[in-house]
Amino acid sequence: MDVLAQQLFNGLTIGSVYSLVALGLTLVYGILHIPNFAHGALYMVGGYATLMSMTLLGMPYFIAMFIAILVVGGIAVLMERLVFNQLRDSPPIHDKIAAIGLLLFLETLIRVIWGADYRSMSTPFSDNIVSFLGVTVTTQRILIVVAAILVMIALQLFLKKTMIGASIIAMSQDREGAFLQGINANRVAMLTFFISGGLAAVAAGINAPINLVYPDMGHLVILKAFVIVIIGGMGSVPGAILGGYILGFSESLGATFISAEYSDIIAFVLLVIILTVKPQGLFAKGAH
Amino acid sequence: MSMVKRNATPLIFLLIALVVPLVTDNQYYLYILTLAFIWSIAIYGMNLISGYTGQLTLAHAGFFAIGAYSLGLLTVDVNVPYWLAFLLACVITTVAGLLIGLIALRTKTHYFAIYTLCVGYIIYLIIYQWDELTGGVRGLIGIEPPGAIGPITFESAESNYYLVLAFLVLTIVFMKFITESLVGRTFVAIRNSEELAQTIGINTMKQKLLSFVISTFFAGMAGALYASFVRFIGPEISYTMTMFDMLTYLIVGGIGTMYGPLVGTFLIVTLTQSLQFMEEYRMLIFGPVLVLLVIFYPRGIVGGIQMWKAKRQYKKQQKMAKQASNSSTYGGGD
Repeated sequence: MDVLAQQLFNGLTIGSVYSLVALGLTLVYGILHIPNFAHGALYMVGGYATLMSMTLLGMPYFIAMFIAILVVGGIAVLMERLVFNQLRDSPPIHDKIAAIGLLLFLETLIRVIWGADYRSMSTPFSDNIVSFLGVTVTTQRILIVVAAILVMIALQLFLKKTMIGASIIAMSQDREGAFLQGINANRVAMLTFFISGGLAAVAAGINAPINLVYPDMGHLVILKAFVIVIIGGMGSVPGAILGGYILGFSESLGATFISAEYSDIIAFVLLVIILTVKPQGLFAKGAH
Repeated sequence: MSMVKRNATPLIFLLIALVVPLVTDNQYYLYILTLAFIWSIAIYGMNLISGYTGQLTLAHAGFFAIGAYSLGLLTVDVNVPYWLAFLLACVITTVAGLLIGLIALRTKTHYFAIYTLCVGYIIYLIIYQWDELTGGVRGLIGIEPPGAIGPITFESAESNYYLVLAFLVLTIVFMKFITESLVGRTFVAIRNSEELAQTIGINTMKQKLLSFVISTFFAGMAGALYASFVRFIGPEISYTMTMFDMLTYLIVGGIGTMYGPLVGTFLIVTLTQSLQFMEEYRMLIFGPVLVLLVIFYPRGIVGGIQMWKAKRQYKKQQKMAKQASNSSTYGGGD
């Protein structure tokens, strides 16, 4: 029973991180129809930006994370301006290739600057152990869950309650219609990318202390985020959140009851099964 | 004669390729060239499905690895005679391609790319984790060099070079034949618009599957050649990084062009191999190159040259037409 509770909590932790990464991916896909393969690189840069703000600049953890949001959000906006905006009218294959190019560039750049070493990040919450309901966890893990949920609520409020949020939603529903209403498509695109990058930075910032920071850290995460986005319906915000937790729980339970070695494969097998049964993905919103 | 004339440039290059081992006995050059030829074969396969049929696959490193591991395991563990193992490696990869293609090709555009990326990753994880079969992270060592065909043996670098070159030429001839046939034009029709192709009565699923299966055959063949040439394989040949390398070769050379795979692979493999420092940091240059090419030269070097030639010819024709009309209108002068 204890093992189960422990694993359920682990699933909640991993799921929170996955959801945040998938949210950024799904926003960009839903609004701009770009499957951003470089999103994993944004996540990785987020990890480094947080770590380096703490170690090199001596910033406290939360401020470091805030800096990371600005840095990664800025990089994401640059990506949109310099690359994806140029490719707006190109065949869809080009977006994907350009995104892969960006991914490779950012990864190598980080490797050149800080080397390929695995680095650990320690925060004020790392060594604090709390037990409740028979589960023993570090406060960092609790922070992950709380922070992720807060960020998701904030995002939801922003999208539903503010004018800019409404224009983002409008553009995801009907690009031409939004344009006719006088919505500045460029501004919405930049904002979407900024939010997407910011979410990736937060996800990396909260997850890095229980994992490690290294140049390839985005690889698996981005693949899994794609799986989540397909599970939840490409472009759907609630779908990304739900999908993230579904994957988090299946992985942590799979690792306990099936095999720890193959736990990474669960996501991909899940995807293969889903797309085998429903080639348009679950909850497909018509044809794009 | 006209066929020779039309293919003059490739034939000249073939001649140069044939002479290279006679001119140099630098084993290292031969090694790099042979490696470039092997990768080219795999990229030709990828070009058929991604370039001509328009389905961006990200699983080809996986199929390359299936070919390589099939050959390696069959010769090392089962002691199957080399050429039989070679044939079996191609067959195994093609069958895997057929099975995966049957499911993967039901998905479209982004879904297909993501699906194949995940398939590639599953293949990597299986190779990496299934220690008893594949040797896991240690990989396979002591793979046989190609077996003798009659009196010809393949133990020297030169003979390997010629063997791989022969396979490459066969690949190119086959690709030229298929892309210029009705089947090839059907592929292009699907690339341009799948809906439209369907409306004019093309069974798009069947055609896409055909294109995919052929492409995996070549990926498997290249993998088998790689295994017996390098004689050591590890799980990293199926990793996503290898996949991205392959994509770079294709995009730089020119996706959807006849000689793009050869040009791109040749250029990048020789460049990265000769500039050692580039091995690790190559993507610092190739990443932006990939992005710039996609924005400004979406059809790579070969496509760019074709475009430039077409434009020049067009200008020439315009000029000639202008001159002709000038001389006819103002022929008499005033």
